[in-house]
Amino acid sequence: MSITRDEVAHLARLSRLALSDAELDHFAGQLDQIIGAVARVQEVAADQIPPMTHAVPLVNVFRDDVVVPCLTPEQALSQAPAAEQHRFRVPRILAED
Amino acid sequence: MPNSAEPTDLILLTAAQTAAAVASGMASAVEVTQAHLSRISAVDSDVRAFLHVASESALAAAAAVDKRRAAGQPPGPLAGVPLALKDVLTTADMPTTCGSKILAGWQPPYDATVTERLRRAGVVLLGKTNMDEFAMGSSTENSAFGPSHNPWDLSRVPGGSSGGSAAAVAAYEAPLAIGTDTGGSIRQPAAVCGIVGTKPTYGGSSRYGLVAFASSLDTPGPLARTVLDAALLHEVMSGHDPCDTTSVDAPVPPVVAAARQADVSGLTVGVVAEFGGDGYQPGVLARFGEAVELLEALGAKVIEVSCPHFKYALPAYYLIAPSEASSNLARFDAMRYGLRVGDDGTRSADEVMSLTREQGFGAEVKRRIMLGTYALSSGYYDAYYGKAQQVRTLICRDFDAAFEQVDVLVSPTTPTTAFPIGERADDPMAMYLADLCTIPSDLAGNVAISVPCGLATEDSLPVGLQIMAPVLADDRVYRVGAAVEAALEQRCGGPLLAHARGLAKPDGAAR
Repeated sequence: MSITRDEVAHLARLSRLALSDAELDHFAGQLDQIIGAVARVQEVAADQIPPMTHAVPLVNVFRDDVVVPCLTPEQALSQAPAAEQHRFRVPRILAED
Repeated sequence: MPNSAEPTDLILLTAAQTAAAVASGMASAVEVTQAHLSRISAVDSDVRAFLHVASESALAAAAAVDKRRAAGQPPGPLAGVPLALKDVLTTADMPTTCGSKILAGWQPPYDATVTERLRRAGVVLLGKTNMDEFAMGSSTENSAFGPSHNPWDLSRVPGGSSGGSAAAVAAYEAPLAIGTDTGGSIRQPAAVCGIVGTKPTYGGSSRYGLVAFASSLDTPGPLARTVLDAALLHEVMSGHDPCDTTSVDAPVPPVVAAARQADVSGLTVGVVAEFGGDGYQPGVLARFGEAVELLEALGAKVIEVSCPHFKYALPAYYLIAPSEASSNLARFDAMRYGLRVGDDGTRSADEVMSLTREQGFGAEVKRRIMLGTYALSSGYYDAYYGKAQQVRTLICRDFDAAFEQVDVLVSPTTPTTAFPIGERADDPMAMYLADLCTIPSDLAGNVAISVPCGLATEDSLPVGLQIMAPVLADDRVYRVGAAVEAALEQRCGGPLLAHARGLAKPDGAAR
C-alpha cells in the first residue's frame, strides 16, 4: 500500500489544509512511510476479534436535566476573531458563483 | 530539611517538605513562591520550560495560603507548593496555547477541573509549560514557540509532549508539574529528565478543560522529583468529575499510603519479554536489568512475561490517535476562537478555514490530521482504523493474561536516553519510536509510572524504569516505584538528581 501525491492533496482538501506544493512533496513521502509502518496492524487482527473503542466500558452517562451556570455571551465572544451584534461574525458561507 | 528559609534551600525541597515548611511556619508560601520565581528568572532563558509565567497571580495565591494559615485554617497536603501546569489545560487567568500558533494568546473563559482542584488545594500555579503542539510529539520540538531544553544537557530534548513540565521540575523551577499522557507524554519526558511521572488510570483524572488530542487516550497526571510527591499530587488532582463523561466514579486509589509503604515483598513482577534487544541503548538495558535484580533483592518474585501483541501497539496507536485527532482538531475552524487568516471580504468561510489551518498548525499536526483523515476514509476504514481497534483488544488481552500471573509489569520507559535537539525533528518514524514501551498502557487505559533507575554509562544521562499495573490499581505502581527509589537512594547515597549535571545539579541550583 502506498500513497500518492495526488491522494495527499485530496486528504489536505478534506482536512481543510491549504498546503503548499513543497509541503505536498514533503508530506507525501513521509505519509507513505508512516502508512507502510502502521499497516502492520493487518498482520494480526483477525476478523473475529471485537474492536475496542474505549479504555473504559461505557454506558450512557446522564445528569439531571437542570439549569447550571454557563458562559455569558460576553465570555463566549471574548476570544472570537470577529464579533458583531452579540454574535460570531463569519466570512460568507457560499461561493460567489 | 534546612533550618533557614534561604531561597536556594527552598527550591531544593520536595513538595512534601515544602508543604510541611509552610504548614509549620518555617517558610511562608510567599517566600517559597518567590524563590521559585527567582529560579525561573535565573535559568528559564536557557531551559525554556515556561510559555507563560504568572508571577503576580502566583504570589497572590501564595499570600492567600499564608492568610488562611494565619487564620488557623488547616492547610491541605500541598498548600503553598508551587506547580508548573502544562499549557494544554485551561486557565481562566492565563493564556492556553497548546504550543500552537492557532491558539497563540487564547485566554480561556474557564478553568479545567484539574486547574480548579489545584487552586482549591492551595497549590500555587507558577505558569504554563511548553509542549509539543497539541501534545503531538516526544521532544517539544513541535512547539510553535521553540523547543524546551533538557536541564541535564541543554543541547538535548527534555522529551515530550510534556517536556516543559518535566524540564521545569528537573531544573528546580517547580517541585511539581502537571502533564498529560496520550502515548507516553508524561512518562517519557520524566524518564529522560531523571524525574518521576505517572499516567493514572484512564478516567481517574478529569479531561474537562483539557484541550483534546485523542479523547479515548488523553490522561492528565503528575510529575515530581520523588515518588511520594507524585502520589500527593495524584491524589489532589484526581477523582470523579461529573463534567467528564468518561470520568471513573470510584474513590481515588490509596496512592499516598502506597508510596509511604514502599515495599515489594510478596509481589510478583513481570518483565515484558518484547521490550528489549535491537533499538535499545545498551546503557538503558543495563540500568533496567539492575533495577529488575534490585526488585528481586527486595523480596519480589520476578518472572518473564510475553505480551506478543505489544509490538503492534505502536502501529495501532498511530492509527487510533491521529484518527481521533483529525476529528478533535476540526474545531479549529477560525470561527469562534483562535487565529483567523485571510478574512478580507473576498474569501469564503471554507477558504478562510483552510488558510488559517495551513498557517496555524505545524508540520506534525498536519501529518497527523491527514493520517487520521486517511484512516477514517471510506475504503480504508476497515483496513486501518478497524484493524487498529481490534489490535487494541488484543493488547488488553495480553495485559489481562499477564496480570493473572503478576502484580505489575516492568520495562524500560523509553528505548534511549535524551536525544540531541534536531536529531529526529523531521523524521516522524524515528520520533515515534520514543513511545514504543509506553503506548500499551495508554491503549489499555491502565496505570503506569516512570521512576529514575540510574544513568546510562555511555552518556551519563538518566534512564527510566516503567512500572505498569491494572486499571484502578494506581496504588500498586507507587508502592513498587517508592521501593525502587528508596533502594537506589540507599545504594547511591542519595537521590539520582544529586548526581545530576547541568541545571539539574542541586548545587548548580544553589549557586
